[in-house]
Amino acid sequence: MFKLRYAQLEELYGWLFVTPWLFGFLAFIVGPMLVSVYLAFTNWDILTPAQMVGFDNFVKLTTGDPLVGQALKVTTIYAGVSIPLQVVLGLILALLLNEKIKAMSFVRTVFYLPSVVAGVAVALLWRWIFSPDFGLLNAGLDLVGIDGPAWLADSRTALSALILMSLWGVGGGMLIVLAGLQGVPTTLYEAAEVDGANSWVRFWNVTLPMISPVILFQTVMGIIGALQVFTEAYVMTEGGPKYATLFYMLYLYQNAFEFLKMGYASALAWVLFAYILLLTLLVLRFSAAWVYYEGVSSKTGR
Amino acid sequence: MDITTRPLTRPAAPVGWRTNRRLHYALKMTVVYLCLASGGFLVSVPFAWMLSTSLKTLGQTFVFPPIWVPVPLQWANYVKVFEVLPFMRYFINTVYVSGLSVAGTLFASSLAGFSFARLRWRGSTVLFVVVLSTMMLPPQVTMIPKFILFRILEWIDTYNPLIVPSLFGTGFQIFLFRQFFSTIPQEIDEAARMDGCSFVGTYARIILPLSGPAIITGFLFAFRYNWNEFLEPLIYLNTHSKFTLALGLRLFQGEFTTNWPLLMAASTIAMLPVLLTFYFGQRYFIQGVVISGVKG
Repeated sequence: MFKLRYAQLEELYGWLFVTPWLFGFLAFIVGPMLVSVYLAFTNWDILTPAQMVGFDNFVKLTTGDPLVGQALKVTTIYAGVSIPLQVVLGLILALLLNEKIKAMSFVRTVFYLPSVVAGVAVALLWRWIFSPDFGLLNAGLDLVGIDGPAWLADSRTALSALILMSLWGVGGGMLIVLAGLQGVPTTLYEAAEVDGANSWVRFWNVTLPMISPVILFQTVMGIIGALQVFTEAYVMTEGGPKYATLFYMLYLYQNAFEFLKMGYASALAWVLFAYILLLTLLVLRFSAAWVYYEGVSSKTGR
Repeated sequence: MDITTRPLTRPAAPVGWRTNRRLHYALKMTVVYLCLASGGFLVSVPFAWMLSTSLKTLGQTFVFPPIWVPVPLQWANYVKVFEVLPFMRYFINTVYVSGLSVAGTLFASSLAGFSFARLRWRGSTVLFVVVLSTMMLPPQVTMIPKFILFRILEWIDTYNPLIVPSLFGTGFQIFLFRQFFSTIPQEIDEAARMDGCSFVGTYARIILPLSGPAIITGFLFAFRYNWNEFLEPLIYLNTHSKFTLALGLRLFQGEFTTNWPLLMAASTIAMLPVLLTFYFGQRYFIQGVVISGVKG
């Protein structure tokens, strides 16, 4: 046996410590992704052998299946309305909490607890809240003299109801922005004040640029999350009424595990991946105009 | 921080300026408190509604306008939940699955995080970028091939598909640990090395004991994810007695479509572990948000 030098030993252990992750990465991410590419070009119902069909799946989903368009529409509307609302409300709440208020940690807890619960229990609770005749929401609307709609049972309001429900979790975004606000150096505000900037000017020219990276991060994570919504649609509406809440992920699941169209569902998955990538890149592309990075000249951009 | 109360370095303020300013501040704070109070009320009311419904009789749920405090309180609903369905079974199953998944994730992720943060080796930068990019990858793309893989392994209707992939760590957790570990002074490792401590020893006896907050934060995130997970159990579990809470709850919905009190009692029980851990771990969770959200 020869003795390893310290640097070599460090190299060896460096790799050794990431080996578990590396194995999982190859077995459960890289491998499946390669298989998924292959499956996307096949017709396969699990029970009989897969048949290569070339681009048939992609042709079908772009031209021969109106539900794909519907699913993309529903998911995009949900993301397009829910994410901006969450970002703006989260920002407002964070600004309010960032004032010197009493019982700050209590108020923070009140807002963030709803954002930590998720899944089926929450979906069931909100189904009950949206109940047309005896639900909480319509009882509240009745107090102010409004005759509430049937919410989940009506194709015109079902998607709005799910967007409204998503706002319950606004405390999560609030926490992220609040952390960002507390990281803004007070010297910047003092300098602005000396220059005679009022609080509105300070907000636009100090606060907003300083937390813009946080808002960008929230937007990107929001897009990734919103395009994967499944549980709410599956538990609360099953995609209905009249496909009004046919989220993309629900349609993908139905194709794979209810209709056993594994090849078609794989093609759908890659389309979703491409769509998420496209939206993320668009947001990043346009973010250059409004996101400020410390130590980076705004003229050169980098 | 409050900006308006900070003393100004402006010369000669006009007379009455101070009272004006105080009035302005009082007005502003009133608006702040009013907004927070009404917002806080709105986000808390669903919880109150859930709790209230869970303590009603079925008949009391069909009263309009709704009763908020039913008399008498039907605490028996919380017992009935365990009688009409094997709810205890679901609870234990969920504890088992999420317990093993969380422990495995934390162990593997902290190992990799240690390697990325404290050890120098060729390729670590590239590999860390790969770790980060897996955070962005939507799981849908791997969902179907994974199902096929587990079917070949004959793991359908077992807990293996839910537990085994977690045992290798996740991108997010590795990122979290790496960030925490990087904040520990490098001199500590060097001192350990002088004393003849091995790399495994440095990880297990020096870095980990200093990383309580990191472990708690990692635990909170992983626990919440695994406890609430619905899609994977839905795909892999068929036998009712193997169901997790997420699947069992849906069974309530199916069999007792209108029995909202029982459904809400069951939902309360299902939410409680996550609510409690996050309530008590709040400080660490916020630290985790700061590290993963802002520096991310």
